[in-house]
Amino acid sequence: MASELRDNIPAFGEGGDETQEVGLSNMSALADTGFANNWKEALILLLVACGVIGGLELIVRGFDVPAYTFPAPSEIGESLWHNFRPLYWPHLLVTLKVLLLGYLIGASIGILLAAIITQFPFAEKIVTPYILLLVTTPMIALVPLLVQKLGFGIQPRVIAVALASGPMVMINSATGFRRTDLAKLALARSYGATTFQIFTKVRFPLALPMIIVGLMVGAIFGLLTAVGAEIVGSGEGLGNRLMYYSSRIQMANFWSIIIILATLGILIYVIFYWIGKRWASWQA
Amino acid sequence: MVQAVSRSESPASSQTSGTVLVEHATKYYKTNTGSVHALEDINLDIKKGEFIAIVGPSGCGKSTLLWAISGLHDLTSGRVVLDGQTVDGPRPEIGMIFQEANLLPWRNLQQNIEFPFEIKKVDSKPFQPRIQELLAEVGLSGFETKFPRELSGGMQQRASIVRCLSFDPEIILMDEPFGALDAFTRDEMNLLIQKLWMETGKTIIFVTHNVAEAILLADRVVVLSPRPGRIAHIFDIDLPRPRTIEETYSPPFIEKIFEIKDTIIQGEYRPDHVAELTRQVAGVARGIEDQFDGK
Repeated sequence: MASELRDNIPAFGEGGDETQEVGLSNMSALADTGFANNWKEALILLLVACGVIGGLELIVRGFDVPAYTFPAPSEIGESLWHNFRPLYWPHLLVTLKVLLLGYLIGASIGILLAAIITQFPFAEKIVTPYILLLVTTPMIALVPLLVQKLGFGIQPRVIAVALASGPMVMINSATGFRRTDLAKLALARSYGATTFQIFTKVRFPLALPMIIVGLMVGAIFGLLTAVGAEIVGSGEGLGNRLMYYSSRIQMANFWSIIIILATLGILIYVIFYWIGKRWASWQA
Repeated sequence: MVQAVSRSESPASSQTSGTVLVEHATKYYKTNTGSVHALEDINLDIKKGEFIAIVGPSGCGKSTLLWAISGLHDLTSGRVVLDGQTVDGPRPEIGMIFQEANLLPWRNLQQNIEFPFEIKKVDSKPFQPRIQELLAEVGLSGFETKFPRELSGGMQQRASIVRCLSFDPEIILMDEPFGALDAFTRDEMNLLIQKLWMETGKTIIFVTHNVAEAILLADRVVVLSPRPGRIAHIFDIDLPRPRTIEETYSPPFIEKIFEIKDTIIQGEYRPDHVAELTRQVAGVARGIEDQFDGK
């Protein structure tokens, strides 16, 4: 009887690495760009990267592009190599500190607020316009005002980062928490689940993919705001270094900072890509 | 074979365990456009181990009745009594099987089956052998670590049956469980349900809009009238068990289909009307027969 009942289904995750990759990276916003599936693809990706950098080097040298317009990639590499520890690292730490502090505050308030507010549709209606206002207003604009009140410490920047990332996390998480699958709630309730059990075992897992997307977008917004705030109102941090090096026309150093910032951004993406893969891969 | 867990072991069980009594169940829904009268004075007395099917036109309140029995929805008036106790919320002796398999997509099969134990805060270890037996019985052994999206619709619904039976509920409520499946998978699932029911002796209340399915499975078929749902008639199905798919084409079976379908359409049981209908269909059948003979 048992064997008669067994359906024929296509073998999932057994068709080599590529099928596995497609199956696991089914995460809405993060799914589009994957990483190398095997050494062959990795080699091609590496070759293309070398080609782009080498090509830039050739163009800059061949056309005698002045260093203040665009320094040769090799000069930027040299600047990174020699100056990273002594000059850039302390400022990177400052930026990271501001980003992490502000993000932790903003994201946790964002998730909490989303979880609570979505339980009360009318309260959600009242709050949503203000959240949208926070999302669309560049928080860097607040920094001069905050600096006036709080001085040149890290507080104004932490507040700006929290205000930039929090609403982003909240608005996406709220979308997740609003996904109420009535059949699944009924299932849990039919076993006598408490409100708390329904939250931890149904609502939260159901919302998790959207929360992760919100956390990623919030982190990127936080980074942008942290750097922007340092440009506007700080004597330290990577944003401040951008101003400093460009005012001195030290373009190799300037571009080194840009590369560090880009790496940070990519790192954020990669971290959340893996989190999504681990915790939200069930979502088609 | 799955053994029903010995009832003498569980102190909650008594003579009345597994009985369902519905008394004067009436339900009004409030909607944006006003009040909808869904159920009107439903009375049912369901014995332990009985297999009841509830059929009726769509919107007649058959699901509403089932959800009221489950304790998930309230009645406007009247009451549901399980094992001698009035229902006022979800009850541990009830297991539900839903329209879709309703598995949690972020859990694998094993974790889905253990979900009721987690909610009830009951250690699932003593139940593992039973779960393994059930998985083998429905043909899902070896699929424990698969996620729902890796399973076909039929496999998902079988997993949800295992999830429901794993904690050994006395009463199983099924809300159009196989509506989303194709006809062949549906037949398979019906035979499986019949087998599990014959082995475990559970009380089953089964809501469906498929009359043949209802006759195949049930001891009694309850036909509801169009909204507001009243009991139009209750048909006893005394065909021998186990019933097979082939028997659904046998004369006594088709007779039942005629009776029940006519009752659904008429909103009441009218033997004279059924007889007229039967004569008409017999005439058509003779016409076809003559055509074949003529060739």
